[in-house]
Amino acid sequence: MIRIARWKVILTTLVCCGGILFSLPNIVSEAQVKSFPEWLQKTVNLGLELRGGSHLQLEIDLKTVQKDLLTSMLDEVRTSLRKQQIGYTDLKVAMQSDAQTPAITFTLREPEKAGDAQKALAKIDPDWRVQIKADSIDLKNVQKGEVVMSQEAVAKRNKLIIEQSIEVVRRRVDESGTKEPIIQAQGVDRIILQLPGISDPGEVKRLLGKTAKLTFRAVDENVSNVAIDASGKPMGQVPPGTEILAEVERRGDKEMSRYVAVKKQVMVSGDALVDAQVTMNQNGQPAVSLKFNSAGGRKFAEMSKDYLKKQFAIVLDNQVISAPVFQEVIPDGNGQISGHFTIKEAHELALLLRAGALPAPLKIIEERTVGPSLGADSIKDGQRATILAFILIAVFMILNYSLFGAFADIALVFNMVLLFAALSLLQATLTLPGIAAIALTMGMAVDANVLIYERIKEEIRNGLRPIAAIEAGYNRAMTTIIDSNLTTLIGAAVLFEFGTGSIRGFAVNLALGILISMFTAIALTKLVVAKWYGHKNRSSLPI
Amino acid sequence: MALLHIIPYNTKIDFVKLRVVSFAISIIIVLATVFSLSTKGINYGIDFLGGYIFEVRLKEKPDVHQLREKLGNLGFGEVAIQTFGDDQDVLIRLERKEESDDAQQKVLSTVKSALGADVEYRRVETIGPKVGNDLVKNGIKAVAFALLAMLLYIALRFEWQFAVCAIIALIHDSIAILGLFTVFGLEFKETAIIAILITAGYSINDTIVIFDRIRENIRKFKKMPMNELINKSVNETLSRTMLTASTTLLAVLALYFFGGNVISEFSLPILIGIIIGSFSSICLAAPLLTYLNVKRGEGSDGKKGKASLSGDANTDVIRR
Repeated sequence: MIRIARWKVILTTLVCCGGILFSLPNIVSEAQVKSFPEWLQKTVNLGLELRGGSHLQLEIDLKTVQKDLLTSMLDEVRTSLRKQQIGYTDLKVAMQSDAQTPAITFTLREPEKAGDAQKALAKIDPDWRVQIKADSIDLKNVQKGEVVMSQEAVAKRNKLIIEQSIEVVRRRVDESGTKEPIIQAQGVDRIILQLPGISDPGEVKRLLGKTAKLTFRAVDENVSNVAIDASGKPMGQVPPGTEILAEVERRGDKEMSRYVAVKKQVMVSGDALVDAQVTMNQNGQPAVSLKFNSAGGRKFAEMSKDYLKKQFAIVLDNQVISAPVFQEVIPDGNGQISGHFTIKEAHELALLLRAGALPAPLKIIEERTVGPSLGADSIKDGQRATILAFILIAVFMILNYSLFGAFADIALVFNMVLLFAALSLLQATLTLPGIAAIALTMGMAVDANVLIYERIKEEIRNGLRPIAAIEAGYNRAMTTIIDSNLTTLIGAAVLFEFGTGSIRGFAVNLALGILISMFTAIALTKLVVAKWYGHKNRSSLPI
Repeated sequence: MALLHIIPYNTKIDFVKLRVVSFAISIIIVLATVFSLSTKGINYGIDFLGGYIFEVRLKEKPDVHQLREKLGNLGFGEVAIQTFGDDQDVLIRLERKEESDDAQQKVLSTVKSALGADVEYRRVETIGPKVGNDLVKNGIKAVAFALLAMLLYIALRFEWQFAVCAIIALIHDSIAILGLFTVFGLEFKETAIIAILITAGYSINDTIVIFDRIRENIRKFKKMPMNELINKSVNETLSRTMLTASTTLLAVLALYFFGGNVISEFSLPILIGIIIGSFSSICLAAPLLTYLNVKRGEGSDGKKGKASLSGDANTDVIRR
């Protein structure tokens, strides 16, 4: 008999049973899946081209945001230079000489003050890189200044912008009522937005085109009843200059809504806000710092004087994101909102404030929409082709290797079962090329068996007895199988690392297919062959 | 026992001698590709160029001529119209002209109003040229790195000579698939890159199986001339090469004939790729080894090697 270590038998059986269990949710109806325990509810995700929906790729215009940011910093440069009594002309934001990055540029009236200017400006912000030098070799007496953000600061800023843009996109998509959207960053300046079940993304696109509008307004404390009825109408009396807006607070997973009566008059508008960052207040609790430009700072100071110890509202797109109380007069345009924030909440508030302060223009650079009928057709066609491929291969294997071919077919069935189980557990997304990859995997999965069987045949021709031929076949084919499959696996890993989109999905399918086929074709068929061989003394093999 | 003996064994084909023919075929394929690339170029799909695709299902069989006139007059440049599947399905392709968002939306709405209300939109795609550029760059980068990684692995596991031959065969395969696209003017889409990758993956698999046998035989038959040894190895593995190619081809044929539009289009280059990949493993990679001086161990006689084969097959795991 062919002896296989007991632990191998147990492990192989366990893996196969696990495969059946975890692939099950893909076959039964949705209602039945719901009745399964939670750990068993995972199914293969269908890609948009299969289930129907819209796929949008958005590009964030980072250059414009950077330019806006520098424009808001102009103020500080102006103030600082004036304070030091350094004369300048032509202060503006312009593209740098390499035409890639924007910079604040100016020309000094008195070239000999270059050193003073350098010192004064460098003090303002550690992230600034200040450079003052002669315009050209011929004109030594014309000193030009250039202020840019350091590369690290730009990179950090870009990350924040992507984060805030994703948040804005999420809010817009929620506004449109789309279920289960997938929003993720891609590369340095892209966002992928997937909207399952949406066959006309017009509404979402329109909402995406809207820039975030941030305003600072007073709270009307005279309105006593700020509740809203089911139809969205305020329940109490509301004066004409006031409106009732919702304040949505997210605590953990729960969303809580309450309402605030906000005056319609805008005291300070969002474009006056330069920055919002998470900091710690004097008690060491998370807080959000606000920084306004000089005009905005003056208005905000006035507002804080008028509404001292009173509540005001920060409104983003008709939703109150925070309603703090002015604890003191804020004279210099640098305020701080503190409350019972967790770090995460403070982070989120800062994010929303920045989104309103520095709206990043989004451009739709790719749009793919698949209607539900095409998706359903693709699934149907894919299924039909895959089943047909299976039957063709199964029959071919039996014709070639008779009983041993049937053993390989058993392995092939489990190959598919395990592949679906793995795809479900990994929550991998099945795409159209993915279906093709599965069918191809089948063709290539039997390769390991072909290698083993051909080797067994060869050993029999070399005069080995059946049992020795089987052992020799499995042992000797092993190095070949490992070498050839490992090479392909390395290729798949590299594709996953460097590829995008469907190439990545394909790499996952390929890698899983190879790993699983090594298990089914080697371990599983050997187990089946050993069981079949039993204790008999066979003189020939049905191969 | 087996019912089918289409795959012969004990073949004695002199692949090394036939290399003159196979190299000539490969050179012709490569030259034809290069020539076609420089004259015709590649028929890039909108995945790469940027543009618009509308796949619509009409209520009744469309008058393609009339449709072409209607859409051609909209002033969006060349319009490609193609019917397929059920005769009511029409594929409309427009090249992209302008960059701006507004222009994009205008094209979408104009085409939609030109087609009227009685249409079901099965698929609508708009792709900016920038996306296409990235796709090309990423695709080439991914393929190049994958080839390099496989080269390194083969060089580690075998000798460098094997790696060189395997990669020459791989590059040949990739060029040949590219040739298929340019010579026959097939539309080159993102899936075409995947098709090239599948071909490369299949081909490297095939090549390694043969190389593995060559390595084994080098150890076993230390005095056998290299040419003879390569022939022996290729012939010994020939039945496996043919069988695996058959099963994979069966799967691809099923995809080609029954997989529906998109999958079918995607399967054609793979179908050709598997044939080319098998050819290059047998007729290119293995015979190429004769030109590179593969290191051989210090010789003893062949018989001894053969005896040791049945020796280590009878290991202690076997009991009767």
